Amino acid sequence: MIHLLVHDKQDTVGVAVIEGIIAGQEMTGWVMEDDSTITVTAKSDIPIGHKAAIRDIKSGDTIIKYGFDIGKAVADIHVGEHAHVHNIKTKRW
Amino acid sequence: MINSKTTFWGYRRENGRVGVRNHVIILPVDDLSNAAAEAVAHSIPGAMAIPHPYGRLQFGADLDLHFRTLIGAGSNPNVAAVVVICIEEGWAKRVVDGIAKTGKPVTGFGIELHGDHNTIMRASKVAKEYVQWASELQRVECPISDLWVSTKCGESDTTSGCGSNPTVGSAFDKMEPLGITMCFGETTEITGGENIVADRCATPEVRKQFMAMFDRYQAVVEKNKVDDLSDSQPTKGNIAGGLTTIEEKALGNIQKIGKKCKVIGVLDKAEEPTKPGLWFMDSSSAAAEMVTLCAASGFVVHLFPTGQGNVIGNPIIPVVKLTANPRTVRTMSEHVDYDCSGLLQREKNLDQTGDELIDVMLRTCNGRLTSAEALGHREFVMTRLYESA
Repeated sequence: MIHLLVHDKQDTVGVAVIEGIIAGQEMTGWVMEDDSTITVTAKSDIPIGHKAAIRDIKSGDTIIKYGFDIGKAVADIHVGEHAHVHNIKTKRW
Repeated sequence: MINSKTTFWGYRRENGRVGVRNHVIILPVDDLSNAAAEAVAHSIPGAMAIPHPYGRLQFGADLDLHFRTLIGAGSNPNVAAVVVICIEEGWAKRVVDGIAKTGKPVTGFGIELHGDHNTIMRASKVAKEYVQWASELQRVECPISDLWVSTKCGESDTTSGCGSNPTVGSAFDKMEPLGITMCFGETTEITGGENIVADRCATPEVRKQFMAMFDRYQAVVEKNKVDDLSDSQPTKGNIAGGLTTIEEKALGNIQKIGKKCKVIGVLDKAEEPTKPGLWFMDSSSAAAEMVTLCAASGFVVHLFPTGQGNVIGNPIIPVVKLTANPRTVRTMSEHVDYDCSGLLQREKNLDQTGDELIDVMLRTCNGRLTSAEALGHREFVMTRLYESA
């Protein structure tokens, strides 16, 4: 069972691809780029489609997904925590 | 697997273009003519009215786009014949003359000096003739290179970028070498991925044109925004689906152009491409606006990946919907033409889903109704550039 999908090896976040992931659950992440897997423990509930940090991220760090810059952290995000609009903002507009 | 010998069954029109539907449409030029157009379609059930809210006191580039959209919609090869209705006869004639260049049957009516009753009667007589004539047209076997395919995604979420958008990209990579004409657009939704698209442009000239369109739209956003476009780009639905920033949305969006396709040119809104290959059309990212512009540019089938479940259809072109989100498949299956959620569990790869999507698309082109068509979705939305006079 794949819980998290990670596009690129560089990525700092992964996407929940099944419903009902809860805090404390061990998640298997599939890294599409090299077809490897990682294991991350969820520190928050992660709704399907939402992201979890797959490494520790500091406030101000660039968030990497698809191997590219998708914005900046506005709070520290620990590995396994829900990463979304409450702790990530665009660098545009 | 498609190859250069793949064929589909379509309607070859007077100008040589091939349609996959055989509509007789009643096209109002303005808001005032909707009632008469709909009355004609009620009295002649084989005809379809295409109501919309605009067409009065527009001017300049905005009026040009209005006419280009209407003439393009009527000229689309999915349309067999057209009845045009306008409050004033002069502007009906302008649309009729534009559509007549395709060689297809088209007649216009003005309401002034006649009233609705008389206009509906006269237009219904012509519509009946057109419907009976069109009903005898037969599909013929056509080479795959006769196909024009557009794409745009909607109610995207992160599964769009993981699954449904790259599935369209896989299909586009397979179709491009076969001489199919294709387009994508959504100018603001490239934000954060503009350099990736720029690097795909076939020539420095195309790159320059693309960046000029991108920068122009950014200036519109900068001028009119009140904050960071929160809830608009990304939308509330996008955010509910897990998308956090415009950059993330854009990088998912541009998965639709695959890994190999080159952008061979740029199109203004509702402008017709002049040769096969992948085109970028400067356009809004609002679903119905963009799909309407694709129909007006002459595309005959549309691939629409969705995450959270956009329900859009179009009166002129069939909109094939696909999703990789298993929750959307579970809760909104009546809107899903192709389920590629297996990608997210590693049960399928993009090569397979690209082939399967093309198969669904060809079945649609051969006559199978899409979910949106079966459900009666006919969103026809004109893009406006600025206020009316």
